[in-house]
Amino acid sequence: MSTEYALKMTGIAKEYYGNRVLKGVDLFVKPGEIHALMGENGAGKSTLMNILFGMPVIHSTGGFEGTVEINGEPANINTPQAAMHYGIGMVHQEFMLIPGFTVRENIKVGREITKPNLVSRIFGKKLETLDVDAMADDAQKALDMIGLDIEEYTQVAGMPIGYMQFVEIAREIDKTGIQLLVFDEPTAVLTESEAERLLGIMKLLASKGIAIIFITHRLDEVMAVADSLTVLRDGEFVVRKDIKDTNVVEIAELMIGRKVEKLVEDTEDNRTLNDNDIALEIRDFHVDMPGERVKGLNLDVRKGEILGIGGLAGQGKIGIPNGIMGLYKATGTVKAFGKELNLGRLGEALNNKIAFVSEDRRGVGLLLNNSIEENISFSAMQVKGKFLKGPLKLYDAAEAKKHALDMIKLFDIRCTGPQQDAGALSGGNQQKVCLARAVTLDPDILIVSEPTRGIDIGAKKLVLEHLVKLNREEGKTIIVVSSELVELRSLCDRIAIIFDGKLGAIMAPDDSDANYGLAMGGSKIGGGEDE
Amino acid sequence: MNNNSVKDRILTTLGNNKVVVLFVLLCIAAIWASGSPLTFVGGELFTRIGRNGFTVLALLIPVLAGMGLNFGITIGAVAAQFAMFWVIYWGFTGLSGWLLALVLATPIAMFLGYLVGALFNRMKGSEMIAGLVLGYFADGIYQFIFLFVIGGIIPMSEASGMIINGGVGVKNTIDLTGNLKYALDNVSMLNLALVAFIVAIVVAIARVVLASRKGEKPNYKQSLILAVVAVVLYALTYVPAIEHFLAADRLRLMNAVMIALAAVVIKQLIDIVVFKLGKAKRDYKVKKSIALIIVCAIFYALTYIPAIEQVLMWVSIPVATYLAIVALCFFNSWLLRTRLGQDMRTVGQSRTVANAAGINVDRTRIIAMVLSTVLACWGQLIYLQNIGTFSTYGAHTQVGQFAIAALLVGGASVRKATNKQAIIGVILFHTLFIVAPQAGKELFNNAQLGEYFRVFVAYGVIAVSLAMHAWKTIPKKKEEEKTEETTETPAITEA
Repeated sequence: MSTEYALKMTGIAKEYYGNRVLKGVDLFVKPGEIHALMGENGAGKSTLMNILFGMPVIHSTGGFEGTVEINGEPANINTPQAAMHYGIGMVHQEFMLIPGFTVRENIKVGREITKPNLVSRIFGKKLETLDVDAMADDAQKALDMIGLDIEEYTQVAGMPIGYMQFVEIAREIDKTGIQLLVFDEPTAVLTESEAERLLGIMKLLASKGIAIIFITHRLDEVMAVADSLTVLRDGEFVVRKDIKDTNVVEIAELMIGRKVEKLVEDTEDNRTLNDNDIALEIRDFHVDMPGERVKGLNLDVRKGEILGIGGLAGQGKIGIPNGIMGLYKATGTVKAFGKELNLGRLGEALNNKIAFVSEDRRGVGLLLNNSIEENISFSAMQVKGKFLKGPLKLYDAAEAKKHALDMIKLFDIRCTGPQQDAGALSGGNQQKVCLARAVTLDPDILIVSEPTRGIDIGAKKLVLEHLVKLNREEGKTIIVVSSELVELRSLCDRIAIIFDGKLGAIMAPDDSDANYGLAMGGSKIGGGEDE
Repeated sequence: MNNNSVKDRILTTLGNNKVVVLFVLLCIAAIWASGSPLTFVGGELFTRIGRNGFTVLALLIPVLAGMGLNFGITIGAVAAQFAMFWVIYWGFTGLSGWLLALVLATPIAMFLGYLVGALFNRMKGSEMIAGLVLGYFADGIYQFIFLFVIGGIIPMSEASGMIINGGVGVKNTIDLTGNLKYALDNVSMLNLALVAFIVAIVVAIARVVLASRKGEKPNYKQSLILAVVAVVLYALTYVPAIEHFLAADRLRLMNAVMIALAAVVIKQLIDIVVFKLGKAKRDYKVKKSIALIIVCAIFYALTYIPAIEQVLMWVSIPVATYLAIVALCFFNSWLLRTRLGQDMRTVGQSRTVANAAGINVDRTRIIAMVLSTVLACWGQLIYLQNIGTFSTYGAHTQVGQFAIAALLVGGASVRKATNKQAIIGVILFHTLFIVAPQAGKELFNNAQLGEYFRVFVAYGVIAVSLAMHAWKTIPKKKEEEKTEETTETPAITEA
């Protein structure tokens, strides 16, 4: 091709401790082009950007393979400073702003304008006096350029979130010689009008010849502003296309694009699911869980079904079970079999026969320094008074041990015995202990969050099969929250896709890949409810 | 927000300064209970400000750099004592001896400060506890050197009177009378004027020379003005009346207050004139200048109240020591206006952001520690020359705790501390320290209890002020949560 690329990353591969996260990825961006970088969570986008920025996390784990060229010249970027030197800037997803500083200080952080004084002439540049006026002028210029109507001396703390994003952009464009700007999911935290504004600014910057890499999950935004796109999937390069040659459905298919493999054998199914027989009714549900906010969810879970909850990271799916269990502040109504739960009270859900296996196994899920036996019996002891004997309610060690041994056998927990510390087990076995504890509670509704995160394929299968067994044989209602679409599709009767803290769509397991892609990207095709 | 009414505003201000308000009340109550005359309290207080102020101000830089309260200043104190021991042993006296101790101690403090900084970089987030333990560790090594190495390995002459009979180890107390006592306090104002004159001339010349060396056009006019002003002012010291006034080394507090008030008023008048000429800085406000002048007038009026007048006439302050403290205040605020200071602030607020902005976080933190350790070392030298006896094994042990207690009482916190808070803190803490034993004795009729009171005050204030800071931060957090909710739908102005 004759066009010169502003950025050319060729054959990039990266291994973290023997785990290949990038397998020969190419990324080409032309000057003045908005290039969308797309892929599911874990597709390798962040790793690729970390390489581009020479982040220490890359170089402390053995570097990477492949070449990076900037404006046709080979570039050796091994520190963030070097990246800055090459004119690469980033608008971060989580704001890199200091709340206690003013807008000016944030824009000029690390690049303060100074003038020499007597002391600095002797002891070096570090002691030069700050030129506040010159910095204020520069900052105001950058703010004016993106049309943000705030004063440079406003403190960042207390500003609306949307403004912070724009300050972040102002900082990047204030850097002289900026050539390539990366926007990492910039619209995730913005309101609709702010997002529009942001896309406008991106176009403006591109028209000034700056190359832009736009990382996003929102397909409609890509269609609206991008010129071209690269899709990654599982660390592999899938395709580079011009936007005019493609469409939303195709992009969605490219992102998801894999066959549904059956992780669970079909079992005899003699359940009768009924839309009127509701186990869990969720209305106008809000959860204030940082990074996983739920913002007004309405969802019904039918009695006896396995419901999957899917969606991209940060959209709020993890917040749902944590809110129901009372681990994070939640508002709205949740009814279990018609009885309303008091969301402010910790343990309310447990007392209403709802059990939860947390995604945070080592933090919330297990008492790592206690034995398997104690871990299994602990919740039931607290909630139901099981494993207690006599009028003084003393711990019934014999009974607990017997139960633990049963569970170890039932779930095939690989351990030295019920007295082994839970922390010493492998991830898969820890997960089985978590499940065993939840089952010991004998719940009517079992919520399992990320059941297979960080466990090997064998354990994965076993855990999932157990969930199906619990459902089919004991008639338990099961909710599975998972980032792994394949897993949900092989297991669930219905799958609710959460987008932006609300219900995006309810899909059947055999819906097309494209529909799943669209639902997860927030496009309104595929049966999403209107706001 | 509708807290614009005067009452609300006063309440908010008081609420924000809970810690200070509480300790002001405590001080007043304690002074009243002790029944000590104000002249006694005032005299003691100003001695103690001169003695301890410098060390407390040495704490500010690490707070700025996000390293919390530097319990590691004990290490600076140890360096100072080490140098001072040798200086006395070698028989140096007076200001020259004290300056020699300063020259000896500074490189040691820099080196130790570097080590402390390097250690703190490996345990980010636990600097305070690390500093506390490090202080004890330094004390151990110090004892090893002073009890065993000196005399045990390095042969010492017993004739100095500083070595324990038998020739191994240093005596418990070293008397500074006749050698270093008041070495700095006794520097007369005339000598200070001479030093200031020389510095001004050197600065004037250095400015021209350094600028032209860098190939810039030097600002001859500015340097010339500086030199001329210096010459004129210095010439004034030859006027007999002024010479006589400046020959003293102590300044009556009344005179000091008058000079300070006059200086503030003159500065504000100049600012107003500059503003009228249209050359003021952007954020300059005339209102502020006028308000300051009015405040000065009120202070002047206050000096006519008999009780205050009596104290002001009674107390006199060592000029050189106080100038050192003032200079450190200026250094702290000057540092804030440099690139380095801004880097420190950034590092203190967020290491992630600082790193992403290309600031060398570890290096900046080490510089902060080196500065703090060196300043603490100088502070200890000032402290020892003022107190006049040098308790070999005790003088440094509680430097950290007392300085930090004072800073906290002034309303500072682990994350924020200013010159003003340090000075207010020193005043409040030491007032309590002075009157607590007497108050205890008066209230409970028991001298022993009075002593106990003093210890209680020292440690009690750390606990109370930290608890009150926690109390202050909790409502703040709740408020933040609230604002976050309300910012969900902000309006954006169109470009």
